[in-house]
Amino acid sequence: MNYHSPASFAEASALAANATGITRFLAGGTDVLVQLRSELVTPDTLIDIKKINGVHDITRNADGSWTLGVATTGAEMSEHPELGKDWPGVVEAMDLIGSTQVQGRATLTGNLCNGSPAADSVPAMVAAGVTVTVTGPDGMREVAVEDIPTGPGKTSLTKGEVVSAVNIPARGDNAGDAYLRFIPRTEMDIAVVGVGVDLRLDGDTITEARVALGAVAPTVLLVEDCAKAILGSTLDDAALDALAAAASAACNPIDDKRGTIEFRTEVAGVLAKRAAKIAYARAKGENA
Amino acid sequence: MSKLHVSTTVNGDAVEYLCDPRETLLDCLRDKLNLTGAKEGCGTGDCGACSVTVDGRLVCSCLMLGVEAEGKQIATVEGIAEGDVLHPLQQKMIEYAALQCGICTPGILVAAKSLLEKNPNPTEEETRYWLAGNLCRCTGYDKIIRAVMDTAAELREAS
Amino acid sequence: MALDDRKSDFTFVGTRPNRPDGLDKVTGRAKFGADISAPGMLHGAVLRSPHAHARIVKIDTSKAEAHKDVKAVVTRADFAEVPFKPGLEGEFWNVLENVMAGEKALYDGHAVAAIAASSALAARDALKLIEVEYDVLSHVTDVDKAMAPDAPVIREGAADYSVPEGMHPNVVRYHESGHGDVEAGFSEADLVTEDSFVTEATHQGYIEPHACLGMLGNDGKGELWCTTQGHWIAQKTCAALLGIETSQLRVTASEIGGGFGGKTTVFIEPVALALSRKANRPVKIVMTRSEVFRATGPTSSASMDIKIGMKKDGTITAAQGVFRLQGGAFPGAPGDMTAMCAFAPYNLTNVKQIGYDVMSNRPKQAAYRAPGAPMGAFAVESVIDELCNKLGLDPVDVRLKNAAHEGTKASYGPTYERIGLVETLEAAKAHPHYTAPLKPGQGRGISCGFWFNHGGETSVSLALSEDGSAQLMVGTPDIGGSRASMALMAAEVLGIPYENIRVTVADTASLGYNDVSHGSRVTYASGLATIKAAKHAVERLCERAATKWGIPTDAVKWEDGCAVPSGPNAGDFDPMPLADITADMGSTGGPISGHFEATPEGAGVSFGTHIVDAEVDPETGKTCVTRYTVIQDAGKAIHPTYVEGQYQGGAAQGIGWALNEEYVYGEDGRLQNSIFLDYRIPVASDLPMIDTVIVEVPNPGHPFGVRGVGETGIVPPLAAIANAVSNAAGVRMKQLPMSPPRILAALKGNG
Repeated sequence: MNYHSPASFAEASALAANATGITRFLAGGTDVLVQLRSELVTPDTLIDIKKINGVHDITRNADGSWTLGVATTGAEMSEHPELGKDWPGVVEAMDLIGSTQVQGRATLTGNLCNGSPAADSVPAMVAAGVTVTVTGPDGMREVAVEDIPTGPGKTSLTKGEVVSAVNIPARGDNAGDAYLRFIPRTEMDIAVVGVGVDLRLDGDTITEARVALGAVAPTVLLVEDCAKAILGSTLDDAALDALAAAASAACNPIDDKRGTIEFRTEVAGVLAKRAAKIAYARAKGENA
Repeated sequence: MSKLHVSTTVNGDAVEYLCDPRETLLDCLRDKLNLTGAKEGCGTGDCGACSVTVDGRLVCSCLMLGVEAEGKQIATVEGIAEGDVLHPLQQKMIEYAALQCGICTPGILVAAKSLLEKNPNPTEEETRYWLAGNLCRCTGYDKIIRAVMDTAAELREAS
Repeated sequence: MALDDRKSDFTFVGTRPNRPDGLDKVTGRAKFGADISAPGMLHGAVLRSPHAHARIVKIDTSKAEAHKDVKAVVTRADFAEVPFKPGLEGEFWNVLENVMAGEKALYDGHAVAAIAASSALAARDALKLIEVEYDVLSHVTDVDKAMAPDAPVIREGAADYSVPEGMHPNVVRYHESGHGDVEAGFSEADLVTEDSFVTEATHQGYIEPHACLGMLGNDGKGELWCTTQGHWIAQKTCAALLGIETSQLRVTASEIGGGFGGKTTVFIEPVALALSRKANRPVKIVMTRSEVFRATGPTSSASMDIKIGMKKDGTITAAQGVFRLQGGAFPGAPGDMTAMCAFAPYNLTNVKQIGYDVMSNRPKQAAYRAPGAPMGAFAVESVIDELCNKLGLDPVDVRLKNAAHEGTKASYGPTYERIGLVETLEAAKAHPHYTAPLKPGQGRGISCGFWFNHGGETSVSLALSEDGSAQLMVGTPDIGGSRASMALMAAEVLGIPYENIRVTVADTASLGYNDVSHGSRVTYASGLATIKAAKHAVERLCERAATKWGIPTDAVKWEDGCAVPSGPNAGDFDPMPLADITADMGSTGGPISGHFEATPEGAGVSFGTHIVDAEVDPETGKTCVTRYTVIQDAGKAIHPTYVEGQYQGGAAQGIGWALNEEYVYGEDGRLQNSIFLDYRIPVASDLPMIDTVIVEVPNPGHPFGVRGVGETGIVPPLAAIANAVSNAAGVRMKQLPMSPPRILAALKGNG
């Protein structure tokens, strides 16, 4: 395995473009090292992007949007005084990943590029409308988070492409997000089901909604039917039931060591309701 | 495969080693620097027995490559006591019998010290969640949590 | 030992001093299995079968041997010929077959070859150069399926004499016991409940993976350092598997990072020695976590049928149980233990129990804390709870009504001496937890539990130093603070301060044979031996004082660390402290030491009662244990804090077993969850504080009344939690673990 620590994304991209065999980018390393240790994936080329300037920066842009460096850790996100006020769902989703120790290393970008359908931060990012900047041999492009994963362990990134920034939209008024996942323990598990919800209100009425489901299909799903179920509503019981039904209907899960098809399908609806209630309360400016 | 040269600082001491890029920081601490206090319980970041701090940040040393330690400040369990004076956490762990076999103890100590530096007055819940990545199979955590909370109380009184 | 010989007022015993090895363990300097290296050391790695069941057609090691960093490769041919015998008679063969596969790979993870190389990475890389040709066979991992007529045969001829005619060859041992007439008993009952229960295999889950450093020469002399619960059994077994003399192998136990029964046998130790013999260099092997899960002893999985009859007043009229346990591809599943323990808490007129030991394509089961008992208790105590619910009876009252006591003929045969079950139940009833109000969605469960406890072969040696300090050598690895309890018992007898006693876990060359740290035997048996060895030294001390005073030895007695005249007629002498006697012992007769070697038989059975509150989320099936109280008879708590620790640890492991821990096998027979991420042991945020009550009903078989406490604590939790969950959810949970998908399915009526 060859180890590189380039000083720029262009250099990182060029290294990857010219590498043969398996190439991996090293951000927090909490997936790469596990795969290396268990000999699931032993890269021929490992490109550590943490020595590139600015990769730990959390920046609020003039328009209220946020740009996060790709090596920004979960701990750095949680400790940021403002980010979590704008996007509590995204920050909490990231914070749910692994232990305190893992939080010291793990990143949104790594969680996304690992390609796991159960990645906690991804449904939250999809609901929030997060995009990533991708640097490749042909320059830079901006890609919606939901367009990155293409299947378990697979992404749409092509050879030589590397995620070079995470872009979170401006929060705007009367809006709130939330992420909930189901795990059997209280910590340290991979999501059996995850639900991210982002809402905007006009008064009590939901005017914008994005609902994303994790761990219930080969990729994280942005579910239009879930949004439709609650748009225009005040999140009354009928809307919540419709949301749960839409969430369950969107599920296409598998039976595995972490959960059954029936369980995931049922609990997706339960969590969608619970997450929507939190997002709704946040959009109304209530503590939740 | 050629080895890489790394210069880093461990418990305040400048150290150097040569490592294969596949070797973890834990491998390097244990096998190259003979600092065997950090333990490998899982190798996948799930047990916390290898906990160290890197530039003050709590991490699993099994989830970091040895080569990534270049230029960093590493702190391990071996550096917690000051000379012959135990850290209050170490003293309380003994007094509370908060260890049975003791294999998780180095990781618990590093993690708990990191907690108290960040939050001198943690609730029981905060303590339990902070330490959720440090598996202990012997104690049921009861005495560990009590030892950490009592240390926090004592340090608050002393300050 | 007679009851009247038992001591009841103590100076040191019952206090809570800091453990002698505390400093080492909080500073990182304590040396565990993987914390040692040797000059010229090689690193070993083991190649493991990816198949659950396969004939090994051919192993080609030539490419690996040609690798520049590889110094030795071993396969089964590099071990001794050990005779095959059925059942547990051929345990050395069973262990050898498990340590290195012979003709067949018997489970996913079964060792088939090993390499020693100049670095750990090189060893792992070189494993990929070994070519194994497998002929994959059909496999079975489920206990009921393994007993079915069409099940693949793991190994012909493994069944011992106990197995009735006509059973599948995978059934290798059979147990039946009981007394009375259960059919007559059932006909006397007002209500008979019959149900079936299943538990999945769990792993001991010690945080320290197996690790060892072996050195062996072609002169047959060797050294072994390893993490083990018993280095004499490691010595004996390694010697047998390598064809060397037992005494030529010196084994040193490292500090041990948890065992819970799982480190009572060998896995990599003989492999390291075989590699070392071939390479003529020291070889270190450290297992990965995945290897620990795939290839070391999980506990058995179980399938059980229980039938219990009860009168309206709560009297149990008859009880019957059938317990089927699979223990992997070797004999040893503790179906007999499960059967014998299941009804042991109760005074029953009519009882019958049957246990099966069944082989399957899983790793060889190893002991896990009261092996076999928790599963049986889960099944039996669930049925008792169901009967209590149906008859509207208080679950503690019903257990008190039927509780075994001194003189009860136990369900498994013998008559109980003084036991403490009733005391634990009375303490449960009196405990505030038992009457505390429950919130909506919560349920409360209780359960009793029993474990035999064990004595076992024990040797202890105590030597006094000139300055009056004492060094105590024991042979039972300190797995949870036993150095402290040994020093307390020695201090009690010698009358010198606890701090003046240095306790060492001796290597196999320094002490006579010691059975493993298992069976909750350490504080009982090594403790008894420590007391006897200290008394032996005290006799010598009294002799020296008598000589100095010029009076007969029997005119001297030992009091508070001093020789004193035994009565007014013995003479008028000032008390002579221990240090005054040892100061010149070299010139008064030589070094003063005490020894004790025996197999103590009076371990004294142990009972506990647990109270649990659990809350179930009806929408997700997720359970939270909100309150937990352990009440257990310790006989006499030598170091109460460490006794509490054993209770709390047992409860925590039981919570894991009850709620989330399980071995998950795929259709391909491969283990699906061989890392801590998916083998879900409780984390700190999962658990409440665990309250403890130490009941002390002295064991007549120990000089200070000690009963072992290590194992009983894991017997009641499975049932107590299942009862709490069932009461909270309103549906009887019959399968462990009660994972959220299982609970949710049960709530929806399709469980």
